[in-house]
Amino acid sequence: MRTTDLVAKAARNTFRSKTRTTLTVLALFVGAFTLTLTTAVGAGVTDYVTKQVDSLGADDVFIVTRTAAATTDGPTKYDPETSSASTGATAPGLPGASGSDPLTAGDLDELAAFEGIVSVDPIQTAAVDFVQYDGGDRFELTINPTSSVTKSDLVAGAQLDQSSTNRQLMLPSDFVEPLGFADAEAAVGSTVTLGITDVLGAQSTVEATIVGVSQQSLLSSGAGANQALVSELVDVQSAGIDTGDPRYAIAVARFDTSLTTDEVAALKADIVGAGYGAQTIQDQLGVIKTVIDGIIGVLNAFAVVALLAAAFGIVNTLLMSVQERTREIGLMKAMGMRSRTVFALFSLEATFIGFLGSAIGAGVAILLGTALSGALSAGPLAALPGLNILLFEPMSILGIVLLIMVIAFLAGTLPASRAARKNPIESLRYE
Amino acid sequence: MERELVVDARGIGKDYGRGSARFSALKDVTLQIAKGECVAIVGKSGSGKSTLMHVLALLDAPDSGTLAIDGVDTKKLSTGQLNTLRNRTFGFVFQQFFLTPGTSVLDNVTLPLEIAGLSPRLRREKGMAVLEQLELADKARSNANDLSGGQKQRVVIARALVGNPGVIFADEPTGNLDSATGAVVEETLFALNRDHGITLIIVTHDDELAARCDRQIFLRDGAIVSDSATTGVAA
Repeated sequence: MRTTDLVAKAARNTFRSKTRTTLTVLALFVGAFTLTLTTAVGAGVTDYVTKQVDSLGADDVFIVTRTAAATTDGPTKYDPETSSASTGATAPGLPGASGSDPLTAGDLDELAAFEGIVSVDPIQTAAVDFVQYDGGDRFELTINPTSSVTKSDLVAGAQLDQSSTNRQLMLPSDFVEPLGFADAEAAVGSTVTLGITDVLGAQSTVEATIVGVSQQSLLSSGAGANQALVSELVDVQSAGIDTGDPRYAIAVARFDTSLTTDEVAALKADIVGAGYGAQTIQDQLGVIKTVIDGIIGVLNAFAVVALLAAAFGIVNTLLMSVQERTREIGLMKAMGMRSRTVFALFSLEATFIGFLGSAIGAGVAILLGTALSGALSAGPLAALPGLNILLFEPMSILGIVLLIMVIAFLAGTLPASRAARKNPIESLRYE
Repeated sequence: MERELVVDARGIGKDYGRGSARFSALKDVTLQIAKGECVAIVGKSGSGKSTLMHVLALLDAPDSGTLAIDGVDTKKLSTGQLNTLRNRTFGFVFQQFFLTPGTSVLDNVTLPLEIAGLSPRLRREKGMAVLEQLELADKARSNANDLSGGQKQRVVIARALVGNPGVIFADEPTGNLDSATGAVVEETLFALNRDHGITLIIVTHDDELAARCDRQIFLRDGAIVSDSATTGVAA
């Protein structure tokens, strides 16, 4: 028998018992629908996080803290020679980088001495009271401490120039209108006033130029400031009082971009070996991805359970079909159809049912999901611009359809082999 | 007159069951059928006539004896070759029509060709030709279920005929039909034998139908009790 005839016959046979086929297809539909949506959520969130982290840029950066990232052997004993007082100061907005033990100038020199490290810069934190433009209303503003190492997702303007001596500010997009700018483009190049209170309690102001307007982001909140602006703010904040050796919660170590992944890993191991905690942006991203993958995995497991239930539905449907068509099978075998062709006919029928269920399920999921995703982005998730909660990837949808067809085929093998084993004489006698 | 043997069965035995439940459906049956013959295998139910037909039609393997179809020893053929031989050489007409419901008359008729792997165009041509021959061409598109009993049996004959077989096996071909339509179906079958030289092997318990065949083989308890070809007496 020709393959095309066989496939056409199998497809036609599925429509012979419409109610039964419809019910079986519905069961598969539920599984395919769920699996498509959960996969899309996973892809959407992962895509968003990846974009966010990409916007952080800085592939050539270690975030270095004094202590190793995780200690499992309890609190560290105090040693006057090596220990330094903890400030408890943490860096907002940068997960995993909360050092309880500050870095000293000596630590920075030690880090800079590692081969492959190009530069080490401490991250300084400056607390700004307000931002004001052209004598208008004052608004509270947070300076993102990691803005000196990261890139922003730009709405307008340019990235911060760290080597510039001009004091530059990266303004979050939601400040544009309240400050009195017509739009983001208009804000770029303007000079704003930052209010800051020094350690003595006196308030003073610092002028800064807006070089860019950034999209709001999950990982980098607040405004960005270049090195020149941060230094100025820190100077004003300290009110000229010498507070002793400078101490930093975090430092940023740039490494040679020509290093291979393995060399970066080795360098990281060296730094950790010297008693520091070092993480690349990718390491930090990995933690987030693991959490997302875990959640999606659980959701997918539910969908697969639904599919398994549907697989038993297929077995049942086809067993009934084989029983009903016993005489037809007997006739075809009497007319010279081979057992393996009979097997192929029934397993193709199962596969076709799988195809129907998965294609319809995935199709409806895409239609509903796209509508839902649009509604969510406009409504509840509007605060997270750039987030497409459901991202349908053609390859993963194809994968789901194929997976369900394979499951359906496997479910079909039992009824199909039963059909193939039928004795033509017995079948023809069957009433 | 020496004629080419289509069926050459020697010492065929077929047993069913095991142990004390074991019984012999066929005992040492020897039978030759020549090309173009019209043979009736007659017997009461349980006489073994259906088993004999199944063995001759290669639907069942004998436990003992040898069977040659068109001079080829069937023992030497693989399952696949047996399937092909059945598909190419035999046509089947059963008492029950075994038409696939919800499928057109043409599709039912061309089923053996589909199994043989012919192209859709060739299947259509041959199918229409044979429906034409049996005056069913106007029913080609009809649902096989919507036909009368006599029409259904003629569709079945068309299906048996479409592969251009050398032998047609008919198992109680008129058993489900009233005498008027039965007579039409009988006439169709005998015409095929008479005009096209197709070997006809009819299994029946109907003596009248058997009497219309050239040769009658009577079976009782799995053995041939009389064969008009060897005794020279028509029943």
